[in-house]
Amino acid sequence: MYLDICKKYAPDKDNLIYILHEIQDTHPQHYISEEAVQVVADYLKVPPNHIFGVLTFYTMYSTKPRGANIIRLCESPPCYIKGSDNILRKLKTILGVNTGETTKDGLFTLELCACLGVCGNAPVMMINNDVYGDLTEEKVEEIIERIARGNQ
Amino acid sequence: MKTLADLKKIREKAQEEMKLRGGKVRVKIVVGMGTSGIAMGAREVMKTFLEEISNRNLTDVLVTQTGEKGLSSLEPVVDIIEEGKAAVTYGNMTPDKVRKVVVEHIVNGRVVSEYVVATGS
Amino acid sequence: MSLKRIDLLICCGSGCVSAGALKIKERFHEVLAQQGLTNEINIIETGCMGPCDYGPVLVVYPEGTFYKAVTPQDVEEIVGEHFVKGRPVQRLMLREEEKVVAAQKEVPFYQKQVKVALANCGYIDPESLEEYIATGGYEALGKALTELDPQQTIEVVKRSGLRGRGGGGFPTHIKWQLVQEQKADEKFIVCNGDEGDPGAFMDRSLLEGDPHRILEGMMLAAYAIGANKGYFYIRAEYPLAIKRIRNAIQQAKTAGLMGQDIFGTAFNFEAEVRTGAGAFVCGEEMALIHSLEGQRGNPTPKPPYPATNGLWGKPTVVNNVETLANLPTIFIKGADWFSSMGTATSKGTKVFALTGDIRNTGLVEVPMGITLRELIFDVGGGMVGDHQFKAVQLGGPSGGCLTKEHLDVPVDYESLKARGAMMGSGGVIVMNEQKCMVNVAKFFMEFCVDESCGKCSPCRIGLKQMYDILARITAGEGTQDDIAELQRLGEAVSKLSLCGLGQSAPNPVLSTLRYFRDEYEAHIRDKACPTKVCPDLLHFMIDKSRCIGCSLCARKCPVTCISGSREDKYTIHQPDCIKCGNCQDVCPVKAIDRIPGMHADVLAHRAELTKNNEYED
Repeated sequence: MYLDICKKYAPDKDNLIYILHEIQDTHPQHYISEEAVQVVADYLKVPPNHIFGVLTFYTMYSTKPRGANIIRLCESPPCYIKGSDNILRKLKTILGVNTGETTKDGLFTLELCACLGVCGNAPVMMINNDVYGDLTEEKVEEIIERIARGNQ
Repeated sequence: MKTLADLKKIREKAQEEMKLRGGKVRVKIVVGMGTSGIAMGAREVMKTFLEEISNRNLTDVLVTQTGEKGLSSLEPVVDIIEEGKAAVTYGNMTPDKVRKVVVEHIVNGRVVSEYVVATGS
Repeated sequence: MSLKRIDLLICCGSGCVSAGALKIKERFHEVLAQQGLTNEINIIETGCMGPCDYGPVLVVYPEGTFYKAVTPQDVEEIVGEHFVKGRPVQRLMLREEEKVVAAQKEVPFYQKQVKVALANCGYIDPESLEEYIATGGYEALGKALTELDPQQTIEVVKRSGLRGRGGGGFPTHIKWQLVQEQKADEKFIVCNGDEGDPGAFMDRSLLEGDPHRILEGMMLAAYAIGANKGYFYIRAEYPLAIKRIRNAIQQAKTAGLMGQDIFGTAFNFEAEVRTGAGAFVCGEEMALIHSLEGQRGNPTPKPPYPATNGLWGKPTVVNNVETLANLPTIFIKGADWFSSMGTATSKGTKVFALTGDIRNTGLVEVPMGITLRELIFDVGGGMVGDHQFKAVQLGGPSGGCLTKEHLDVPVDYESLKARGAMMGSGGVIVMNEQKCMVNVAKFFMEFCVDESCGKCSPCRIGLKQMYDILARITAGEGTQDDIAELQRLGEAVSKLSLCGLGQSAPNPVLSTLRYFRDEYEAHIRDKACPTKVCPDLLHFMIDKSRCIGCSLCARKCPVTCISGSREDKYTIHQPDCIKCGNCQDVCPVKAIDRIPGMHADVLAHRAELTKNNEYED
C-alpha cells in the first residue's frame, strides 16, 4: 500500500513532502506510521531519521493515529481578537476532548493551528479540506452535528 | 498559439463573450419585463431578440431587461438605446415585429415608425 | 455566439465560500433550470471581490448590481424579481446613510481603491484562460518576448520602481539583475506562496482568483533572469489555490503558452506546483528552498544569497505572489504609469488585508502613500459599533503597532519603518479600546515561539524567555525589572537571529512597549488589566445593592464558586473563580461587574500558597 504511493513519484529526496502528504491523506486515521516511514526510507534511499526529522518539523503531519475528521481551529491573533477562545471552549465541550485528542468514536480530532488565511471571516476553522468562517457557538454545534450525522 | 496575432484573435472572441461585463456596446435593447409585460408576451419577445442577435452575430448589441414602465396598455414594451441618438420606445411588440425591428432598426439604422410609442428617455 | 443576457458573478473567494457561496451557486442552478432560464444566465464563480464583511457577495451584469449577505433562501426572489422582471432586489443591497447603493462601482468600499494586482479578482472566472486573455492576459509576455531582450525587461521593472511585496520591500529589479548576470547551466524562478502571516490573505486570493496572472508574471521574471523552470511553493492550507494554479499551468501548456518556443521565440519554460506542510518559517526564502529540496525548512545564513546559491545550489530568484501579479500590468500600461502612483520611494499600489474590529474587513488595493486614517476610516469604513480606535498592527507578527497619533502617517515602506512598524505583507489588524495590548503582544510572541525553527539560540531561547516574561506579567507576577528585560532581550534577539523570523519577532513587543508602556506598568505595578481582558488581572464582583438573590449565577457557575441566599444575596468565592464571565452573562439585573485588578482574597490566597511552597508559577 505505501509502496504503491511511493511509486507514483520518482525516487528523489525532494518528493518526500508529497509522498508524506499522500500517505497521510489516504489513511483513514490521517497519520504516518513507523511502518510507512520505513517503506519511504527504503524507496528514497534516505535514513529513517531524516524522514522523522521532516515529519516532526512540519505541523500538518501526525505520527499518531487521529480521527476521521481533523478539526483545525485557527488560534492566530486576528481570530483570537474575534473570539476564537470561545469557539475553542465550545468545541472542547461538545466533543469532550482537549486539544490534540481524538473523540472516543474516532470521528473527530481537535487541533489548533496557525493562520489559515481567511481572516476577513474570523474566527475560522478547517475540517479536513473545508473552511468554515464567521464562527459562532451555534454554528459550530450545527456543523459538528451535521458531520457526525453524515458519518453514520 | 504561436504569435501575438493568434492571441489577438482569441482575445477579441473572448471579449465578445464577456461583453455583458463591460465592452463596446453600440446598441442596448431593454425589454420591459414587468408582470403585465410578461402576461402580454414579453418573454417571447426577449427570446426572439436574443436569437436574432445571436444568429446575426451582432457582437456590439446588448439585450437586457427592466421592470414595469407603467405603459401597461402598450406592453410588451422595448427601448432601443444608442449613444448619440434619442432613445426609441416600441410598444405592443410580438416576435414577428421583433424580427423586423432587428433588420430595419438595429442592423440598417432605420426606425420602424409604425411600432414607435415614445421617443426620448 | 451565446444567448446569455445576464452575467451573474458569484464571489467564491475562500471567505465567501466559508459563508456558503457554493450552496448559493447550486441553488441558482436549480432555480434557473426549474424556470427554463439556464440558457440566458451565465453563472460565473469568481475570485475574491474584496469586502469579506458583506459576503456572500453577488454582482449582476450588465448593470453591475451589487448584492450582499445573500443566502440560498434569497435565490428565488433574485431570479423572479431581478432576472425575470428586471426589478433588482433592494433589500439585499448596501445601504449608506439611508440611500441604497445599487451598483458595485458606487460602493464606498471601492472608491479609493486602484486595482492593479487585483484587477481581475472578482471579475473573471479564474478557471477560464479565455477570460484572462479577454482582459489583456499574456499580451505582456508576448510583447516582452518578441520586442525586448532580458536586460531591457529588467530595465522596465527598474523604471517602475517595483519592490518586493512579501514584506522585504527589496527592489525587484536588483534581485533579477543579480541572477541574470550569473553564468550557470540552470537557473530557477520560485513563486513564494507560503503566506503564513496571521491576518494576511492577499496571496491566497490572487492565486485562487487570477492564477494566470501569477503564471504570466513568473514567465516574465523567468525570461528576464534566464530561467527555464519555475516552481510555485504554495502552503498546504490553501487547497483551492493549489488546484487553480495546477489548472492554469495545464491550460497554458495546452494553449502553447508554456513549453517550447513560446510565442515563436527561443524561450522555453515549464512550471510545477509544490506544497508546504504547515511551517510559517518556510516563507523565508532559504527555508523555502530547503523545503523544496525535501528537507526541514531551516533557514541558512545569507550570504550566500539565493541569487548565487539557491535551489540545488543554482542561481534562484524567489518572488512573492503579489510582486509577480503586478508585472503583466507594468508591461502593458507601462513602467511610468505604475511609478506615477505612490510615493518617491514606494511606487505603485499595495494590497492590504483589513481585519479585526473594523467595519469593512476584506481585501483592498490602494496606491502607496494613502494615510492610515484613509485606509482605516474611508476604505475600511471605520470601527464596528460604537467603539474607538486604539491601535493597528501592521505587517503581522513581524510588524509593530501604531496608535491614534499615527493616523496621518502615509503608508509606505520608509514612513512605517521610521515609526517602528512595517508594511510587511500587508496585514492590517485594527483594534478597539477593549483590547489589551500586553495580551496582544503575548499572542504574537506565542505564534513566533511556535513557529521558530529552533536552529539558532537567540530565536529559540530568546523568544521563549520573552514569552515567559509576558506570561508572568499577564498572570500578575510581573516584576519591575521585566520591562527593561523585555527591551534588552528584544533588541538582542533582533540583532542576533539568523533569519527574518527571529529578527522581526520582537517587533510587536518592542512597539507596544514604546506606545503602551502604561499598560505594561499597570499589569506589573497594580496587578490590574485596565481593559479587563487578562483573566488573572481582573475579577467579577456581585453588587449586593443590585443583587436580587435569584441564585441564577450560582446555578450557572461551572465551578460552583458562588454561594448565598435570597436574603443574604450572593457572593463569589474569588480564589476559585475561573473568570469565565458566565455569571455576568446570565444575571437578569446586571448586578455583576468586571473589575480590573486582582481581588484581595486572591492575593492573600496566593501569598498563603507561596508560604507553604504550594504555589507553582
